[in-house]
Amino acid sequence: MNHPAPTKTPVLRLTGVTLHLGRDQQQVTALDEVDLTVAPGEFVAVTGPSGSGKSSLLAVGGGLQSPTRGAVHVAGVDLTTLKEHQRTAHRRRHIGYVFQHANLFTSLTAREQLLLTAHVAGRLDATTRRRADDLLEAVGMTARAGHRPDRLSGGERQRVGIARALVLAPEVLLVDEPTSALDRARARDIVGLLAEQTRLHRTATVMVTHDHEILDAADRVLTLRDGRLS
Amino acid sequence: MFLALRDLRVARGRFALIGAVVGMIAVLGVILSGLASGLADSGISALRALPVTHLAFDRSASGELFSRSTVTTDTARRWAGEPGVRKAEPLGQQLVHARLGGAGGKQLDLAVLGVRPDGFLAPPPLSGKPLSGDPNGVLVSEEIVKEGVRIGDHLTAGQAGTRLTVVGTIGRASFGHIGVVYAPLPLWQRLHYGLPGALPDAAAHQATAVALQLAPGTDTGAIDHRLGTRTVDKAGTYAASPGYTAESSTMTLIRGFLYAISALVVGSFFTVWTIQRRHEIALLKAIGAATGYILRDALTQAAVVLLAATAAGTAVGLVLGGALNGSAPFSLQADQVTLAAVLLIVLGLAGAAVAIRRITKVQALSALGGDR
Repeated sequence: MNHPAPTKTPVLRLTGVTLHLGRDQQQVTALDEVDLTVAPGEFVAVTGPSGSGKSSLLAVGGGLQSPTRGAVHVAGVDLTTLKEHQRTAHRRRHIGYVFQHANLFTSLTAREQLLLTAHVAGRLDATTRRRADDLLEAVGMTARAGHRPDRLSGGERQRVGIARALVLAPEVLLVDEPTSALDRARARDIVGLLAEQTRLHRTATVMVTHDHEILDAADRVLTLRDGRLS
Repeated sequence: MFLALRDLRVARGRFALIGAVVGMIAVLGVILSGLASGLADSGISALRALPVTHLAFDRSASGELFSRSTVTTDTARRWAGEPGVRKAEPLGQQLVHARLGGAGGKQLDLAVLGVRPDGFLAPPPLSGKPLSGDPNGVLVSEEIVKEGVRIGDHLTAGQAGTRLTVVGTIGRASFGHIGVVYAPLPLWQRLHYGLPGALPDAAAHQATAVALQLAPGTDTGAIDHRLGTRTVDKAGTYAASPGYTAESSTMTLIRGFLYAISALVVGSFFTVWTIQRRHEIALLKAIGAATGYILRDALTQAAVVLLAATAAGTAVGLVLGGALNGSAPFSLQADQVTLAAVLLIVLGLAGAAVAIRRITKVQALSALGGDR
């Protein structure tokens, strides 16, 4: 089943992706012949019940896990043809992740979370520092930039997580259950911010969520059920 | 180092704890190093100071060579005529009891080295007169001076009550933890045989070993074969000093265990630390950090802790060691202290490296979902 973004060149393309987990009789099919294309500036939401394969979709789409079959193209390169260290390098250059519960580093301030990402990529220069400050301002965190995660609320942590994912201007943004620990108002706020940043930075964004009340911000909504995308 | 230094700042309590442990090990390392050097000095400083390259002992002697070997002055003379031999003289060694003054005076133990007063083994005095003129005149080391012996004092030594006159002093010199006295060879022979009056003719030609200055490459084996001796290089003679080998082995063993323990302690700490950081390591990998980057970061963290703690511990050890000096056989030597510090850092890093290796097994995938 294909879900193209017809008028734009996709930067994320999954073709016939199948992922089996476990072995022998314990084996389950997490993804089953999944086709997906996402164009720059497009915000795609993928929903589905727990265990439907949502996190597997993000893992395969970001090169954290190799599919059993199929191809995963990110910025023109098939991740399945790369070795692990090459996939890591490609992820560093082209993919940003927003994690469930934000997943911030406990010893770093909000601003340092962004700078670490730049440091990891060897791009901690004045330009990146300025971009980090601009992003923190864009997500409304300038006043809290010097605070560590234990001094931030859940919504603030997730805002920092979004800014961190965007600091190196990735072409692809993969978002994992960003609102699972937030109340209704904060959840809408965060998803609105994601949609805004997606359009502003022209990222191809895929957000997986089981929260049906935040889907209206997405350009497309797809459903995963038993590993099949529809 | 971006994350490593910030972790150190935020988790300073935990790192201070391991730092304190490493620091205390460094203190112990300095103290043990000083004790090992001090004991070695106390055991062999007189041998170290001898201006020789080798000593030739009686071939039949073994183990405690200095107390079991007897050579003759004729053997020394024949050694002097051998090719490659620059200097050869008889050397006597004898441990004796003595009293300062006469009966009822302070009791002393003396390590008497018998040398020719005009020979190359006779040390120049730091104060007083050299070994010549007075046949009963002796030079005493700093260790004997600390016992209250002064120039001009008389010592009554050995079974025969041989009278020694202190004519001069030398620097620190001890043998088998006993202060050294340099005596003319004939006086040493009287002390060695403990006989009153004139010595028998045979005894008047005996010494413990032949002190040698040899040219490099001298074939000592062939000369030993001809002269019935066993030549040992200078460092090799240290093992013949009473208790030296046992003391050195014990100190080496203790220090070895100390460093092994430090590697295990540091390794254990970083094992727990790495396990606690598993999720952050997965997160680092997910945002694109190469394994090498994370390993370097973690090793830098371990190195900073080890360097800081070892430097602080070594400084404290030096202060404590300075306070110990004089009340125990203790001698701080820069190379030994540096070696102790470097060993602690290197072995600690090795322990940390083994622990940190776990980083390679952490999967970036676990940063996703609720898997934490």
